[in-house]
Amino acid sequence: MNMLTIGNMKKEIKIMQTSAQLTFQDKLGAWKARWGINRMNYKVEPGLYRLGNPNENSPVLVTANYKLTFDSLRKELSGLDTWILVLDTKGINVWCAAGKGTFGSNELINRMAIVQLDKIVAHRTLILPQLGAPGVSAHEVTKYTGFKVIYGPVRAKDIKEFIQSGMKATPEMRTLKFSVYDRLVLTPIEFVGTIKPSLIIFGVLFLLNLMGLGPFGLVDFYGYMGAVIIGCVLTPVLLPFIPGRAFAWKGWLLGLVWAILVNWLNGWPSNPQYSLLQALGYVLVFPAVSAFLAMNFTGSSTYTSLSGVLKEMRIAVPAIIISIVIGCLLILVNSFI
Amino acid sequence: MKHQYLKNVTTLKLDQSLCTGCGKCTEVCPHQVFAIINSKCSTIDKDSCIECGACVKNCPFHALEVRPGVGCAAAVIKSWLTGGEPSCDCSSGGGCCS
Ligand code: SF4
Ligand code: SF4
Repeated sequence: MNMLTIGNMKKEIKIMQTSAQLTFQDKLGAWKARWGINRMNYKVEPGLYRLGNPNENSPVLVTANYKLTFDSLRKELSGLDTWILVLDTKGINVWCAAGKGTFGSNELINRMAIVQLDKIVAHRTLILPQLGAPGVSAHEVTKYTGFKVIYGPVRAKDIKEFIQSGMKATPEMRTLKFSVYDRLVLTPIEFVGTIKPSLIIFGVLFLLNLMGLGPFGLVDFYGYMGAVIIGCVLTPVLLPFIPGRAFAWKGWLLGLVWAILVNWLNGWPSNPQYSLLQALGYVLVFPAVSAFLAMNFTGSSTYTSLSGVLKEMRIAVPAIIISIVIGCLLILVNSFI
Repeated sequence: MKHQYLKNVTTLKLDQSLCTGCGKCTEVCPHQVFAIINSKCSTIDKDSCIECGACVKNCPFHALEVRPGVGCAAAVIKSWLTGGEPSCDCSSGGGCCS
């Protein structure tokens, strides 16, 4: 706690200490959040933090109170003495919170007032993550607080270089990337998201089996699971290497290869027992499932626009629904004859 | 390899007559859509715009306009089902907000 004298009134300002070291606990927490465990409640307290031993001339970095975000920032600051101002973004990362406006001008101005930032530092400069810019109006913050807003690099790992080079960002630092690794770490949560609907589908198939409308067996099971994994893991990872632009299309293409493979593995077309209806059913259902899940990955990607997604969906969604419905009918009809 | 999404879809608009060439938009745009040419802003890679709204929010001279939104199919589906604007609702379990 700091004691500051303002006029003749004493007021306490709460400042929390943090460090650039991540503990085992922090790393475990990050891993769990990636898998969606306790994801919505992974927060740090908003307010002012001290990293190292900052003084009145030390830089002030602004971030969100999602703990994964906070940790990925501080781990890059080893050897530096800085202030970290954590905004209350309800435990959501900078980019999403900026889109919602919780990482925004108002919260920033309020938070600066609560921690009395103007009394703590002598300079008048804030460093914000560039990805916070959709929520913050730099000139308005300056107008109300007198602080100048500098947008730092997109990625936390560049922050040290940015500060040490006198707040200069290269175009490289300013560009939002989407590397194989970036995409890979997002796939677990995509997969976890499919478990519940998949269990419902298995339940329905099981009931149909009981009612004698089956039989749905192993091939249906692994065929479907393959389509799911293609949609939410393989397509995201291979994204730029798959021809075409729309996500649903990319997923559909890989799904088609898979459906043909499943048919071929089960003896089509050489095995006369293997009916054309069933083969066609798979070709209609599996790629459509992959297409749908791949389309959902637009939200995790860093280069899609709302207008683009709307355009893609206007074609993809009806096509996916029709394809799945007809495919399921064919498979059902096939099991009767 | 550079990612490329659909072409000719962005709602981004630039009114050069209001632009002073201050360069703020080049600082905030995460996809290098702008460049300052002859002290005026120009869009050099409009198809990379993701409609995040950062440039509009930070242009002090109101020279830019965009319909901001999230490029997220799950959010669009949700908005179709519930009415309202597509917004980034992370509790739906998507990976976007991790
Ligand atoms: S809306 Fe975002 S991506 Fe598009 S030009 Fe503006 S800052 Fe760049
Ligand atoms: S921020 Fe606005 S005024 Fe400044 S260069 Fe960009 S468009 Fe022009």
